[in-house]
Amino acid sequence: MGVFSIFPARASVGAGQVDALYTFLLVVGGAMTALIFASVFFFAVRYRRKSPNDPAPKAIHGSLPLEITWTVLPFLVMLVMFAWGTKLYFQNYTPPLHDTLDIYITGKQWMWKVQYPTGQREINELHVPVGRSVKLILASEDVIHSFYVPALRLKHDVVPGSYQTFWFEPAEPGRYHIFCAEYCGTGHSDMGGWMTVMTPSDYENWLAGGSGGGSMVEQGAKLFQQYGCVTCHVTDHEGRCPSLLNVFGRPVVLDDGRTVMADEAYVRESILNPNAKVVKGYKHDIMPVFEGQIGEEGLLQLIVYVKSLSPPTASPAKPAAAAAKRSPK
Amino acid sequence: MGDRETVLAPQEPNLRHHFDDSTQQLESSTLGMWVFLLTEVMFFGGMFGAYTVYRNMYPEAFASTSHFMNVTIGAINTGVLIFSSFTMVLAVRSAQLGQKKALIAFLVLTLILGCVFLSLKFVEYHEKWVEHHIPGPGFQYADPRYFHQAQILFYLYFAMTGMHAIHMIVGAGLLVTLIVMAARNRFSSRWYTPVEMIGLYWHFVDIIWIFLFPLLYLIGRAK
Amino acid sequence: MSTTLPFAQTETPTNYLNADYGWKSWLFATDHKRIALLYLFSITVFFFIGGAFAVAMRINLLTPEGLFTHDTYNKLFTMHGIIMVFFFLLPSIPATLGNFLVPIMIGARDLAFPRINLLSWYIYIVGGIFTLTAVVQGGVDTGWTFYAPFSSSYSNTHVILAAMGIFVSGFSSILTGLNFIVTIHTMRAPGMTWHRLPLFIWGQYATGLIQVLGTPVIAITMVLLGLERVLHAGIFDPTLGGDPILFQHLFWFYSHPAVYIMILPGMAVINEIVACFSRKAIFGYSFVAYSSIAIAVFSFLVWGHHLFVSGQSMYASMVFSFFSFLVAIPSAIKVFNWTATMYKGSVSFETPMLYAFGFIGLFTMGGLTGLFLATMAIDVHVTDTYFVIAHFHYVMVGGMVMAYMGGIHFWFPKISGRLYPEGWAKFAALLVFVGFNLTFFPQFILGYQGMPRRYAHYAPEFQVLNVMSSAGASILAVGYLIPMIYLAWAWRYGPKSPQNPWNAKGLEWEQSPTPPPTFNFDHQPVVTEPAYNYSGEEQEVESGG
Repeated sequence: MGVFSIFPARASVGAGQVDALYTFLLVVGGAMTALIFASVFFFAVRYRRKSPNDPAPKAIHGSLPLEITWTVLPFLVMLVMFAWGTKLYFQNYTPPLHDTLDIYITGKQWMWKVQYPTGQREINELHVPVGRSVKLILASEDVIHSFYVPALRLKHDVVPGSYQTFWFEPAEPGRYHIFCAEYCGTGHSDMGGWMTVMTPSDYENWLAGGSGGGSMVEQGAKLFQQYGCVTCHVTDHEGRCPSLLNVFGRPVVLDDGRTVMADEAYVRESILNPNAKVVKGYKHDIMPVFEGQIGEEGLLQLIVYVKSLSPPTASPAKPAAAAAKRSPK
Repeated sequence: MGDRETVLAPQEPNLRHHFDDSTQQLESSTLGMWVFLLTEVMFFGGMFGAYTVYRNMYPEAFASTSHFMNVTIGAINTGVLIFSSFTMVLAVRSAQLGQKKALIAFLVLTLILGCVFLSLKFVEYHEKWVEHHIPGPGFQYADPRYFHQAQILFYLYFAMTGMHAIHMIVGAGLLVTLIVMAARNRFSSRWYTPVEMIGLYWHFVDIIWIFLFPLLYLIGRAK
Repeated sequence: MSTTLPFAQTETPTNYLNADYGWKSWLFATDHKRIALLYLFSITVFFFIGGAFAVAMRINLLTPEGLFTHDTYNKLFTMHGIIMVFFFLLPSIPATLGNFLVPIMIGARDLAFPRINLLSWYIYIVGGIFTLTAVVQGGVDTGWTFYAPFSSSYSNTHVILAAMGIFVSGFSSILTGLNFIVTIHTMRAPGMTWHRLPLFIWGQYATGLIQVLGTPVIAITMVLLGLERVLHAGIFDPTLGGDPILFQHLFWFYSHPAVYIMILPGMAVINEIVACFSRKAIFGYSFVAYSSIAIAVFSFLVWGHHLFVSGQSMYASMVFSFFSFLVAIPSAIKVFNWTATMYKGSVSFETPMLYAFGFIGLFTMGGLTGLFLATMAIDVHVTDTYFVIAHFHYVMVGGMVMAYMGGIHFWFPKISGRLYPEGWAKFAALLVFVGFNLTFFPQFILGYQGMPRRYAHYAPEFQVLNVMSSAGASILAVGYLIPMIYLAWAWRYGPKSPQNPWNAKGLEWEQSPTPPPTFNFDHQPVVTEPAYNYSGEEQEVESGG
């Protein structure tokens, strides 16, 4: 086990940044605690009552300058904590727009099902390479879970009915705990696993170990055929339905005037509840409703396929909206 | 004034021993009732909040369900309740003037109007039952596109109007109590606090309905 | 009971305890002091039930694999949480010390609504019975937070019974708060202006504000949850069009202010103890008074900090984080003012003051760790881990329960007319302090190291700190058992207390006999001096008819 440390292992650069902020708070908190403990101790001893007949002390009712000082100074320190924490939070929860290695994770009672774009699947194991930006897309099949990797200092709740994402850049090869961090029933404390960070060459070798079923894009393409999407959607089919070429990752204008980002959540909702958001110029009630017909893993494969129909866009879209958006169904 | 059971002067039969005088007692009762009504606002507020969230999420489903609301009954009920608040005010006024007969008459009228409201509500709920619009295993909805959303909206409809109806039933019970007390000469122009307090409660229940009616029945019908 | 003289110079003057006998005189009491004792007894029972569950949990956590089945453990932490939060912490100080002292401290003969006070106790008992029935019938396993859709669609345990228990007991809290607010507004003695009130009263008033405004929301949330379990309409179920996060918003809209219902009364007690045992007026009276109101207001603006990792909008999270920092400021102001009160005071170390020292130190630590949680990037790592558990136990147990123990000891002579054994009391206080820190400090470390909460078994590297924590728990348990024994003993056999054993200021010590008669005073108090006039600089209180 080695030397005891209050810090768990650091698997990413981001982890170190969180630790730095934590250390700052520890120092400030420790100093404040020490100040209060010392003051109370000192005053209690220095001004202790020596006999029951000691004279009553003179009243000191207050001091406005002191009150202002000890209100404003802590407030300023808190502003620093707030600003630093907010900045780091936005950074950690806003994936880069391009060049992320997207891995799809489905939580269910009581295991993590991991799907790679290349088609591998794992249970309770996640393999990632050093030096790439890894984006995790998280889905739940049943209740709320939370995907937590202490070594990354990151977690995100996995909420049924919507997708959640977070990203990180692994830096240190090793094996790190994955835990479920939102109580989900009997097997909650069993719902753990391991994230293995590998050097890029080791990762390539691991990937080459291959998977039987083909990449997620290939599996998604199969589903696209199987469910008849291909009869309508690849090109603009007689104005009945919008083409899906170059749609993913770009803004879409809807028939009620709103503009939304075509991200994973949007595609998922459009499959399960097509009338929720209809593209401008198209009618309601044309696309069949696939609610209850396609499972979470299939949905993810279809999404990856649709993604593949859009080469990466040059113009940056609103990152916060993309990361924060979630649809209700 | 002291710590003992004071022998109360005959003209202060309703002063409770822990109060210094009637003014303090009336102030306390009034403030207490207003604070209680504030808690009721927060109670209904949670449901109004949930309703707002889902209405924003599912505007078309909502517009669809609003066509199944019986606006006629809703409108009649609104009129009935507003009028009952008026008769309640008249009851309080009668109590203030020491007019026992008028007090009882107006209380009875208010009670009757409240019962009319509840009966019409029962008719409405029965209609919903027949249409299979009560959430649960028996729920059915004509437009399959909105089945789930409609069920949620009807659930909120029943939760909100049901909670309101429960408050009306309690109010009716309180009115019966007042009528009995009035009949037994408990009120006079010097003391009629329960009439006033229950009047406040009745107005509050009325106001909740005045918010419920447009929200649940009227908005979105035009679509 | 009618007596027409100031308390007679007989051996046992008539006081609220001996004014009447028999179970009916207790179960139908409208005297706020008797109702306070009814609450004291029931709350203590719940404390030990909740504590028993905690002991079982800590025994389970001695080894990584655990001792009980997962289902049993999941029920243990759920029921520990529900009982401790809703049936011990929330009522504790308001329903016991608040009920007893609020009228006396303001110079009134009772609360504004004595019968509603009794009703609130019965409501509390009914709620408790529902919940205990759920426990006895096999328990609940959703966590005290009842997150959907697990609680609405998946759990097979007695969720509805427990939810109804919470729903019912909420009204007890609402009625207590309502009673205090009205009483403080309308029944202050002549001369008792707002700025002469003891700070205990300001604290209870602020608590009352939260009780009346917040509790109805948890009530409706429990109703919606219960209905959903029966009807499965889908309000919180995403497969039926619902939003599980809506449940979290509704739940935490109350449950965050609830934690301030729990701590404000503790802070209220500390004011009285620190002033008395420093023999000095509280430094910065107005600041401390208004800080209670500020905490009550801000407490309603921060609930989203429980949803930082739930997928809530990052901008909303930012706003909640900012307000969470702000709400810490009034709490800090209180700590600084208490410390400053001791400066050039005359400090003595009786048991209540020892508990007050403990409160100041441990609440400071607990409150500071709250800042860690308000800092979003850190919260992402430590939320749902033992860090959060350590944080809230520091403020709730290290803070609130210590204040409660301090208050019980401080006013024990007033309530019982007898003195408790000071030696045993100091020993128990020390055990509590040591046991508490040994139990919960390691949990901060465990949390940052990544041990999630609500885990029936854990990764082996966490064992050492867990064993330390369990060892501390055993000491803490003894520290709480000892006072139960000597306080019960002292109630019957303790030496009789003089009128004012602490030489404290305040109407309850100076104007109301020990123990008080049923209507609290022999003569109507008239107030002419500010609170905490230990230095005697201003006019003394005059008593008059």
